[in-house]
Amino acid sequence: MLKVDNLHVYYGGIHALKGISLKVDRGDFVSLVGANGAGKSTTLRTIVGLVKAKEGRVEFEGEDITNKPTHEIVSRGVLLTPEGRRIFPNLTVRENLMLGAYIRKDKADIAADLEKVYDLFPRLKERQNQKGGTLSGGEQQMLAIGRALMGRPKLLALDEPSLGLAPLLVKEVFEVLKEINERDGTTILLVEQNAYAALKLAKQAYVLETGRIVLEGTGEELLVNPQVRQAYLGVSS
Amino acid sequence: MKQRTHLLLSIASIVLLVAIIWWADGNLNAYYTRIANTAAIYIVAAVSYNLINGTVGALSLGPNGFMALGGYTIALLMLPVMQKQMVFFLEPLIWPFSEFSLPPSLYLVGLIISGIVAAIGAFLIGWPCLRLKGDYLAIATFGFGEIIFVLANNMLFLTNGALGIKGLPELTNLWWSWGMAAATIFLIKNIVNSSYGRAMRAVRDNEVAAEAMGINVTRIKMLAFVTSGFFGGISGALMVMLISTISPTLFMFTMTFNLLIIVVLGGLGSITGAAVTAVLFSVLQEVLRTVESPLNLGFIQWPGIPGMRMVVFSILLILMMLFYRRGLFGSWEFSWEWLLSKLRRKEVPQCQQQTNK
Ligand SMILES: Nc1ncnc2c1ncn2[C@@H]1O[C@H](COP(=O)(O)OP(=O)(O)O)[C@@H](O)[C@H]1O
Ligand SMILES: [Mg+2]
Repeated sequence: MLKVDNLHVYYGGIHALKGISLKVDRGDFVSLVGANGAGKSTTLRTIVGLVKAKEGRVEFEGEDITNKPTHEIVSRGVLLTPEGRRIFPNLTVRENLMLGAYIRKDKADIAADLEKVYDLFPRLKERQNQKGGTLSGGEQQMLAIGRALMGRPKLLALDEPSLGLAPLLVKEVFEVLKEINERDGTTILLVEQNAYAALKLAKQAYVLETGRIVLEGTGEELLVNPQVRQAYLGVSS
Repeated sequence: MKQRTHLLLSIASIVLLVAIIWWADGNLNAYYTRIANTAAIYIVAAVSYNLINGTVGALSLGPNGFMALGGYTIALLMLPVMQKQMVFFLEPLIWPFSEFSLPPSLYLVGLIISGIVAAIGAFLIGWPCLRLKGDYLAIATFGFGEIIFVLANNMLFLTNGALGIKGLPELTNLWWSWGMAAATIFLIKNIVNSSYGRAMRAVRDNEVAAEAMGINVTRIKMLAFVTSGFFGGISGALMVMLISTISPTLFMFTMTFNLLIIVVLGGLGSITGAAVTAVLFSVLQEVLRTVESPLNLGFIQWPGIPGMRMVVFSILLILMMLFYRRGLFGSWEFSWEWLLSKLRRKEVPQCQQQTNK
């Protein structure tokens, strides 16, 4: 479904991605793990066209989407929940969610999906007329995820959805991701520093280090990989 | 049920507005009528300016340019052909404007064309600079206002230069000015509450996240900017047909400064704020005229300093920025819902008192 081939990205003089290649199949749950600054966010941002690639190719459903404008990529069904819960603080919770469905035309289904998101996160329903900025950190993250679901993306890319959340909420968020992947068949590309959870959920996973992919395999394989265990799971071998 | 109540309230308030204009039209003297007209025109200008500066959050410094475009357009459309020949004695007016003019009965058509001309102006400036991030819009729109000023001074065959165009029929009355103010508020409020308006507010809140939602940020900004230009042009046209003359100095940067004060004092992004402050501003501007005229209090001789009003407004603006950054209304909007809940809350204590007895 998504094929990234030999992606090179520069921020001015900084060579942030040095030839990233990865593949996401339909219905897959793919995780991208790696230390801070490895280039995980950059990879996602380049896929959706927020950052332009200097070299390489991004293909979605067989079509070249490299460096296309973001709104065009989104309308093809690739939606990114950016790092750091970029919700709209001055818009109400409901308006935030409706913006997730901005590119959709099917009015009736949008209303039904809104109810689905409210079922998933009842707390959002209670606060639907409150401004997004008044929510707590965890609620804002739920809002960001709910908003992405409203777009009914074929591919949902999430950048560190667990960042700054209380452990209990982290669990809840990962459960939701698992559920939409298994129940709705939404393909997921997850970026996480919380490597353990990300690998546990993933069917396929990639490990990034300073702009390069250094390891790949199924989630289970990487979980028991001694290199990964030492570097990312804090287990000394 | 709730929506029907709101509709009824809306109709009632329109009837009330009509009744007030009816009364004012017959009873206010020329001076107060002028202030009332100016206030309404400032509403049109400020509410439309607020759409780009407040709702979308992109700093434009060119509303004076759009008002000038609208103003010159309406002047060329409405000045009778006979008078055109007399006014343009330095250099004849070019064809086709020299050959035709609209009858007063087509004033509305003239206003709309003025709006369209200003909107085209907005499109032409917006096209290159709205796709860029950063403050290009502020610089470009500021330059635009200045260019219009220079052009108005030099394109004698269209503007009659510094002498301006005089003797226009005074078509703007309270009906037109307040009618247009109501129409502008209604239309812009509907835009802001539509899915496009939601996208505009999202762009203001967080441009990158808005882009990630699939919003074509450039197009949304463009939509706001062109709409803003359209109503800005209409406000300029109304103004010109109120004072029956236009010259390059009418829409200088001071006008933009006034509007900036209004939208910032009112609360960026609030239509209610822009409209109420526009009225306050127009009234205050008259009241403060006294500080510009010489005054003799017996013991103190106040010489009267021209431009003193702007100093007062600037101080107001600075105080506001220091102590009340969100403006008078913040992002608050008036709604029937709010009014009804206020009224209900007032009733509640009375009920309690009764039950206590
Ligand atoms: N906007 C930016 N400007 C300049 N350098 C950046 C920018 N964003 C990221 N970088 C650099 O690119 C590299 C990869 O960053 P990033 O993709 O954010 O990593 P990660 O998400 O894995 O923590 C880092 O060295 C970072 O400093
Ligand atoms: Mg990151």
